[in-house]
Amino acid sequence: MKLTRNQWMKVVLALAVVLAVSACGKKQVAAPPPPPPPPQLAPTASLTANPNTITPGQATTLTWNTEHATDVTIDQLGAVDPSGSRTVTPSQSTTYHLVAKNAVGSQEATARVTVVQAPTPPPAQTSNQGEAQLFAQNMQDVFFAYDSYDIEPQYQKALQADARFLKQHPNIKFTIEGHCDERGSTEYNLALGDNRANATKQALVQLGISGDRIRTISYGKERPFCTESTESCWQQNRRGHFVYQQ
Amino acid sequence: MTKRFAAILFVSLLFASSNIPAQDWIRTGTGLGVEKIRLAVPDFKLVSNDTGTPDLAATFNTTLWNDLQFAGIFDMVSKSFYPMSVPGAPQEVHLADWGSPPPSANMLAFGNIGIQGGSLNVQGWLYDAKNLQSPQVLGKQYREEANYANVRLIAHRFANEIIFRLGGGIAGIAETKIYFVSNRSGSKEIWQMDYDGANQKQLTHLSSIALSPHVSPDGSRVAFSGVTKEGWQIQMYSLELGKLVTFQHFSGDNYSPSWSSDGQNIAFSSSRSGNTEIYTVGAAGGTARRLTESKGPDVSPTWNPKTNTQIAWVSGRTGLPQIYTMASDGTNVVRVSDQGYAVSPSWSPNGQFLAFAWVRHYGPGEPGASDIYVMDIASKQWAQLTHDGGRNDFPSWAPDGRHIVFQSSRNGRVQIYSMLADGSEVRQLTAGGENTQPNWSFK
Repeated sequence: MKLTRNQWMKVVLALAVVLAVSACGKKQVAAPPPPPPPPQLAPTASLTANPNTITPGQATTLTWNTEHATDVTIDQLGAVDPSGSRTVTPSQSTTYHLVAKNAVGSQEATARVTVVQAPTPPPAQTSNQGEAQLFAQNMQDVFFAYDSYDIEPQYQKALQADARFLKQHPNIKFTIEGHCDERGSTEYNLALGDNRANATKQALVQLGISGDRIRTISYGKERPFCTESTESCWQQNRRGHFVYQQ
Repeated sequence: MTKRFAAILFVSLLFASSNIPAQDWIRTGTGLGVEKIRLAVPDFKLVSNDTGTPDLAATFNTTLWNDLQFAGIFDMVSKSFYPMSVPGAPQEVHLADWGSPPPSANMLAFGNIGIQGGSLNVQGWLYDAKNLQSPQVLGKQYREEANYANVRLIAHRFANEIIFRLGGGIAGIAETKIYFVSNRSGSKEIWQMDYDGANQKQLTHLSSIALSPHVSPDGSRVAFSGVTKEGWQIQMYSLELGKLVTFQHFSGDNYSPSWSSDGQNIAFSSSRSGNTEIYTVGAAGGTARRLTESKGPDVSPTWNPKTNTQIAWVSGRTGLPQIYTMASDGTNVVRVSDQGYAVSPSWSPNGQFLAFAWVRHYGPGEPGASDIYVMDIASKQWAQLTHDGGRNDFPSWAPDGRHIVFQSSRNGRVQIYSMLADGSEVRQLTAGGENTQPNWSFK
């Protein structure tokens, strides 16, 4: 059985998730909290969230530091290590509240995470999704007619949604890959793919996205998404494909 | 009309690039249905062999025969017509037996091979079988270390001598190389082989995508297009050092490099301005000069190797890709192909012809086979060279102007084939994996 590019991506993503999960598990086992020093001073504490504004489903990282504390809790997370970080995905705006205590006294710290509603409700999210996954889920590719690099009117809506997403995530940089179907000649398809990638870029620039965030590359007919010689497969391969970069 | 043009074309190919006056019986020969030179080549006589490797002599004989047959200017006299006693030296030749029926040879090439003390000695002669008074046209002696590669080398050199003498002074191509793309290692890499398909060798090991090899005129470097961290870049492989050497990087995607025949400049396609356009740059780097300015894709430049003042390329400025020519400063743009889907031009060594791949009748309901064509640039007359199905693309001229190498999917997976420039004598050169984008060396 031949795997399409999307199927490959899923396999790779699944492997990545398995690896990430097992890595996290090991870290917790391997780093038990050190025995607290004899408490003589009042504890200090800090708590930050980065980013502190997210859309529903987007993740943010809480980072905290305490000193001299014997007992550290975050209301929403329970008992935690004296210092650490945790990725959270609040579905609504939340103020995270940390309390660090010892025999001498206690110290509090808070961090506010604001959740902004996206204009269009995104599909149901699992927790712990990074920007890359959000990007992959939200950015819709553009498809082309045979031997054409003109953006057809039917893809304007998709591009507008793409532009909205990119405006909500102004730090994301990305690549547009131009692809072609297997018909036609190798070198001409490379050039055609570049024209498709550039046409897609220009459409986003027209919608207010800075060209500095966008790289383009052509893969011609070298990296097809679908490898059968059918029109439906060819259509899949004539595209401007968005790839998360940073 | 087309067929007649093909015949005229082939004959002009034989002589157009030669300043040496051709002999009468060649001019009336090839391609017109008139006799080619009848050449008899009996196996060279094994006079000594202390290695116990008779296959060295067999390799020599096979290589020499194939080189001469593939030259396209000889009618090789079948060995079954030869006299019983095969000559190994001049005193053993009974020339009258060769010039009269059944062999009726015009020319006789013969000689001997000795393998002694690890060294290989070959003596070869070319005799005019109709000139009993002073028959010798050529006498050569070769001495090399005895191994498979040198046996082939000597056979190639002797074949080239014969072809040069009898083929209107055009150098033979038996020592030329073909560069190509193969995916048989798992990724598309640049490979090299002898002109007859022997000694296939992987050059690059980039595990990326390498395309469009184009060897420098002096044979020292191969320019190609490769995917790097900075997108597609023109990359340079040194055949002398056996590794990549640096070549200037440009912004955007850069591909389809082509050397001018003086080795001074490289033309290529770049997307740096957003649209893909044709640029030229000095072979040592420097400021790239833009030659085209059109919204459509512009790609696959090829220099007129005779003058280096013209470039042919492919442009999609009016829709489906067509072949155009322009001066090497970008002026004087002329559209060459008038319809269909025309790509992959290669300019003939004498500057007179373009070979290219063409789907002549293109569109819904058309079968749309891509075939190799040759066009006379001045008259725009063309001849179709391939008729055997499959998708045929990327023709590249041999330096003798008599042969063309190309890729074809006629037998399933795409492989590399060579043929005479009239479409005859097609030979498959590769097997295993997919092999594409052949480029014939300048010498």
